[in-house]
Amino acid sequence: MAESTRSLTDLFGILGSRKVETARAAEPSATKVAEASYATKALHKFLTCLQANENPLLLDLGPVVGSNVTFFGEHLGCRFRVEDLAHDIDRHVKAGTLDQLPDFFAKRFSQEPATVDGILCWDVMDFLDRPAAQSLATAMSTLLKPDGCLLGFFSTADTHDSVYTKYVVVDESTLKYRNYPATRPRQRNLLNGDIIKLFKDLRVTDSFLMKSKMREMLFRKPNRR
Amino acid sequence: MWKRDESVKPAAPPAPTPAAAPSAAAGAAPMANEPRAQLGRDMVNIGKSVVIKGELSGSEDLTIEGHVEGRIDLKGNVLTIGPNGKIKAEVFAKAVVVLGEVTGNVTASEKVDIRDNGSVDGDIASPRVAIAEGAHFRGSVDMQRAGGGAKPQQNQQNQNQQKPNQPQQGQPQPQTQPQQQGQKVGA
Repeated sequence: MAESTRSLTDLFGILGSRKVETARAAEPSATKVAEASYATKALHKFLTCLQANENPLLLDLGPVVGSNVTFFGEHLGCRFRVEDLAHDIDRHVKAGTLDQLPDFFAKRFSQEPATVDGILCWDVMDFLDRPAAQSLATAMSTLLKPDGCLLGFFSTADTHDSVYTKYVVVDESTLKYRNYPATRPRQRNLLNGDIIKLFKDLRVTDSFLMKSKMREMLFRKPNRR
Repeated sequence: MWKRDESVKPAAPPAPTPAAAPSAAAGAAPMANEPRAQLGRDMVNIGKSVVIKGELSGSEDLTIEGHVEGRIDLKGNVLTIGPNGKIKAEVFAKAVVVLGEVTGNVTASEKVDIRDNGSVDGDIASPRVAIAEGAHFRGSVDMQRAGGGAKPQQNQQNQNQQKPNQPQQGQPQPQTQPQQQGQKVGA
């Protein structure tokens, strides 16, 4: 018995050390993909959509990226508002109040309805449960002006790493993906139909499946006049 | 309202304050490059032990290492909030460099520059805004140029050439090439 226990211990010891080795082996690749440049097709269309408006109001749901503020400001002469939702998600995860996120998103934004010309939603929906995602999508649809547009990214990769991504605009057709730690992983991948249901008040004008395993989608709020 | 001789000197004389002046100079890199030149210009430091509540106005470049609450009006000059500076005020200046903390709206006729570890909680209105990686910013940015809306820029390359010395780490790298292409899958 003692012998068998000892051998099992040895076995677990072996498995344990292998696990550590796997983790160590993964670190360099994680570092490697921490910052990489990828093509984007929807960003150019998003900019085109906003260029007709004078001094448009742009809402960025990602973390503040200084060069993005400069880029959008100089390209569009816009008012740019940063609303870092990743920070909000982290705060709710730490407080254990994720179930309150739907109510939080419903009251989160101070802008009047139909006052925002463009929304950079990035991939924030991937980190939300369905009720929270629906609440945020409804809030975004309400904030958008008629003919306003929303840029959303949705992961198609089966990864559940606890990392957020900063999307740094290099130019109209290139984004730099810069990862940083998150308190929760990506949730279940949203299918095309799920996304369309989430943003049911908006119209999908473009959808691109990128080789970065990201679906880029551009939505536009119909002008019902 | 604010005058150098009356309000600043008694609390923290600029010249003999070794603690305040070097830290401000260390943080504000472009200014630190020409300390001798600064002596010739009108420029004042508010030391880190100084607390001002009320309206601060003047016609000289100003570096604040202390605490200011109220309103700062330096419409034709550069305001630098040093690493130790804490501002709770509406700020109006030609250019604002933030290395410390600002709570309140910032309006600049030329540029707002939030450096690494600088923090702004409030709305910014300026034709040029630079936010360094590691800086904290919460609020909105209005970069509308005076005299109407900005024309969208067509050439990103020109844009990069115009500001080669910006301190942002997230600045686009000209040699960076897209790694992958995408395909349209339907609308």
